Amino acid sequence: MKDGKRAVVCRCENVDLETIRQYIADGYTDIEVIKRLLRTTMGRCQGKTCQAIILKEIAAATGVPLRSLKPTTFRPPTVSIPLKDIAKGVSDDH
Amino acid sequence: MITKAQVVIIGGGVSGASIAYQLAKKGVKDIVIIEKGYQGCGSTSRCGAGIRQQWGTKMNCQLAKLANDYFENAAEELQYGQSLEFKQGGYLMLATSDGELAQFKKNIALQHSLGIDSQLLSLDEALKIVPFLNTKGVVGASYYEKDGHLNPFKTVDAFLRAAKRLGVYFYPYTEVTEIDVDKQRVVGVKTSAGYIATPNVVNAAGAYSHRVGQMVGLDLPTYAERHQILVTAATKPILKPMVMSFTKNIYAQQVPHGSIVMGRNCENEPRDFNYQSSAHFLETMAKTVVDLLPPLGDLRVVRTWAGQYNLTPDKQPILGEVDGIDGYYLAVGFSGHGFMMSPATGIIMSEIITGQATTVDVSMLSLKRFDTGALIIEPSVV
Repeated sequence: MKDGKRAVVCRCENVDLETIRQYIADGYTDIEVIKRLLRTTMGRCQGKTCQAIILKEIAAATGVPLRSLKPTTFRPPTVSIPLKDIAKGVSDDH
Repeated sequence: MITKAQVVIIGGGVSGASIAYQLAKKGVKDIVIIEKGYQGCGSTSRCGAGIRQQWGTKMNCQLAKLANDYFENAAEELQYGQSLEFKQGGYLMLATSDGELAQFKKNIALQHSLGIDSQLLSLDEALKIVPFLNTKGVVGASYYEKDGHLNPFKTVDAFLRAAKRLGVYFYPYTEVTEIDVDKQRVVGVKTSAGYIATPNVVNAAGAYSHRVGQMVGLDLPTYAERHQILVTAATKPILKPMVMSFTKNIYAQQVPHGSIVMGRNCENEPRDFNYQSSAHFLETMAKTVVDLLPPLGDLRVVRTWAGQYNLTPDKQPILGEVDGIDGYYLAVGFSGHGFMMSPATGIIMSEIITGQATTVDVSMLSLKRFDTGALIIEPSVV
């Protein structure tokens, strides 16, 4: 935290940069494990914002080149849909 | 990599991590966990993460109670330093026929004799717990307030961290390729990172248990079958218990994070390690849950995913040493209940491996039952 300001990396699950760096420092250098412990890339946007930032942090901390770090799996649906719309068999929301 | 071990556990999911921790706690040295992916990447990370004690056989009630009692203090016992997101909101199990209700009554009588204070509920009583439950077709329910949920990612992490603190070696992204057997006795394992000499191997490979059986020439009666789940966006607390029905084919539970996790079984699921989600699941799941729990229709589906059940013919696990292969142990075939049973798995397997009497008699779970025909009839599985 700089000047009392908090850099939010994952807006879906409200995870900040300090927390990401702490987990990496504690030895959690696998984005798959960070995902499951902090829910980053598991929220509504599924990592559109946070994934690149986290991968860069991992690369910087471990020295593993960014290009050899694999992103996490993007799960269906691409955008979130209300259950009742799926139940109706329509989705006029999107 | 370590080259000599007392015990090599194949599988870094919650079962393997729990076994490793309990063995280390008993003073066993040089314990190794070999995991072909990352921690919990198989069924542990993909499970619905419900825990229940409402079972229909004495042994399962005892194992489930042992597991629950452990979970109640797991965060402290494992010195995890943060919450495991443990929730005891109960399991509300719906009966949709008089026959099913009669079976629930029998189960409850058994559960009471074993210290599990479950209750038979009328529809009015069920509605007090879930006011928006659509009771059409429902004739009653079985409920136990101490059933619930834990975060499976944190649970496997907690077991692993505690195990590592006690000296357990954990090798992720490492695959066992062969198991060395000499004169009917395990002597070592070949892995993608080197050879480990060991007199004991535990097959805790979950969905991959059959392959790890083949490594010692066994044709285990286990197979992997895809099961799917979806999760909604987080919302305020609206659903206290896990709501489930075998006949309506649904389970749904709100987890402390606020999201609602739900699943059902689809017909003719592939048995070839398919991890893809299907549109069929999404549609039938949505229809089923909107019918049974209408207000959930307003919630948005954020993700769907798939995992594997490791099934056996009687949908009960196989635990214990294999006759004729000294030092080869099985903790496989949990048939969708590996997570909820994991503390008991660790305790019981560590007792078996160290030659102690087991806390719960699990002799009926031996591999032999598939030869003798002594299959287990558990009424409370799908």
